[in-house]
Amino acid sequence: MSIPLVTLLGRVTLALLATIGAVTSFAGRALQRTVQPPYYKAQILRQMLEIGYYSLPVVGLTAIFTGMVLALQSYTGFARFSAESAIPNVVVVSLTRELGPVLAGLMVAGRVGAAMAAEIGTMRVTEQIDALKTLSTDPFKYLVAPRLIAGVITLPILVLVADIIGVLGGYLVGVYKLDFNDATYLRNTIDFLQFQDVFSGLVKAAVFGFLITLMGCYHGYTSKGGAQGVGIATTNAVVSASILILTANYFITEAFFAR
Amino acid sequence: MSAVPKISLRGVTKSFGDKKVLRGIDLDVAPGESVVVIGGSGTGKSVLLKCILGLMEPDSGSIKIDGEETANLSDSDRQHVMRKFGMLFQGGALFDSLRVWQNVGFGPIQSDGMAPTKAREIAIAKLGNVGLGPDIAELFPSELSGGMQKRVALARAIAREPEIIFFDEPTTGLDPIMADVINELIVKCVSDLGATAVSITHDMASARKIGHRIAMLYEGKLIWQGAVGEIDHCGNAHVEQFIHGRAEGPIQMQVRRL
Repeated sequence: MSIPLVTLLGRVTLALLATIGAVTSFAGRALQRTVQPPYYKAQILRQMLEIGYYSLPVVGLTAIFTGMVLALQSYTGFARFSAESAIPNVVVVSLTRELGPVLAGLMVAGRVGAAMAAEIGTMRVTEQIDALKTLSTDPFKYLVAPRLIAGVITLPILVLVADIIGVLGGYLVGVYKLDFNDATYLRNTIDFLQFQDVFSGLVKAAVFGFLITLMGCYHGYTSKGGAQGVGIATTNAVVSASILILTANYFITEAFFAR
Repeated sequence: MSAVPKISLRGVTKSFGDKKVLRGIDLDVAPGESVVVIGGSGTGKSVLLKCILGLMEPDSGSIKIDGEETANLSDSDRQHVMRKFGMLFQGGALFDSLRVWQNVGFGPIQSDGMAPTKAREIAIAKLGNVGLGPDIAELFPSELSGGMQKRVALARAIAREPEIIFFDEPTTGLDPIMADVINELIVKCVSDLGATAVSITHDMASARKIGHRIAMLYEGKLIWQGAVGEIDHCGNAHVEQFIHGRAEGPIQMQVRRL
């Protein structure tokens, strides 16, 4: 009984290490091609539109309800020890540091990471990636690099918008439901906000943008075996991106705020 | 045959795990010659083609293009060699996010830096070469029939006027008449360009039509090579079984008998 368990553990460990190695070498190759010309500007713009603009509705909705529920929840909690005046600050700090980047990252991972893995995976199984190579086009430069660049640039912008919409959600609940004075709410929001709160959130967003697009591209690029393979690639892209986002989130927070 | 073969393979091997797919391939293709590699499904025809193209690395052996070794090239040198190649993929492999003319003009635009307006003219001219009108240039590949997709893919393969064109099962999945149309287009395009051609197929009608020379791949080796006219009396039992499509013979399909 013990030997199969050890064997299994060994196998899982080896598979994990092999995957980490493969992803790292993929990422290294992708980064190297990302900095080298030629740059496919039309592709970068298309991806920025796809990642940023078309994600606005879903990220905006996530942000506004998160801001609203934050205000409501902290009110019901803070009222117990008469700390209601801290609500605007709690809302804005939670959003800019944590919930804005993490929730936007997770939503974009589900929306964009999955679509990327499916698109590149289909290109792989229908030999379109081989076709690119025969047309003297490096698939890393044409497919992977524009997505990575677009992810790193676009996600911080998206998160900034989410921050603003989230604070608006908190403001709406605070002023219209919890009877805050609107000027006081806004002043409390701005007065206690530090540059580092927003900045750390945007750094997170850039890292998440990289992770989401990297996972989408990696799983799509390495997918095999027809429709089923593309399905597996899509799932893996979303799951791995989500886990990486949550993991990276902890370490970036530690780097910024742990003293 | 001229002094330097356009393509020259020596002792090319390729394995996937325990499975030895290519067990030492020797093949020479002269400039302007059209060689067809025939063989059953799963005999490694596609792997052979991908090794020559550089889409796969052979495990050992030498692959020379114009006398220049291309096995294990770096990526940038590989792109340089690719400039000489055109490839018609089995499923067409058209980029489904791009319009027909963008597909045909992809090589000129992305790799040769041609202006899109000029590339569009060239694309429409190439579509004309394969018997397609300018009206389909703005369509997406998914809006075309299988035969039209194949013709667009052929137009894309010849758009950069390659020196060597590869055809992967060009007639698979087409009706006999469309298959013959494609065969004739292939013969015409190859001779117009004066290109060298390497095709793989299991369609004997296609092989006879587009090839000058036929080579048969069996169990990872080329067991017979000869001019098209010789194949009917080659005296090789494997080849005869294949060209006549008999289930009984030296080639045993791995089918479980009930």
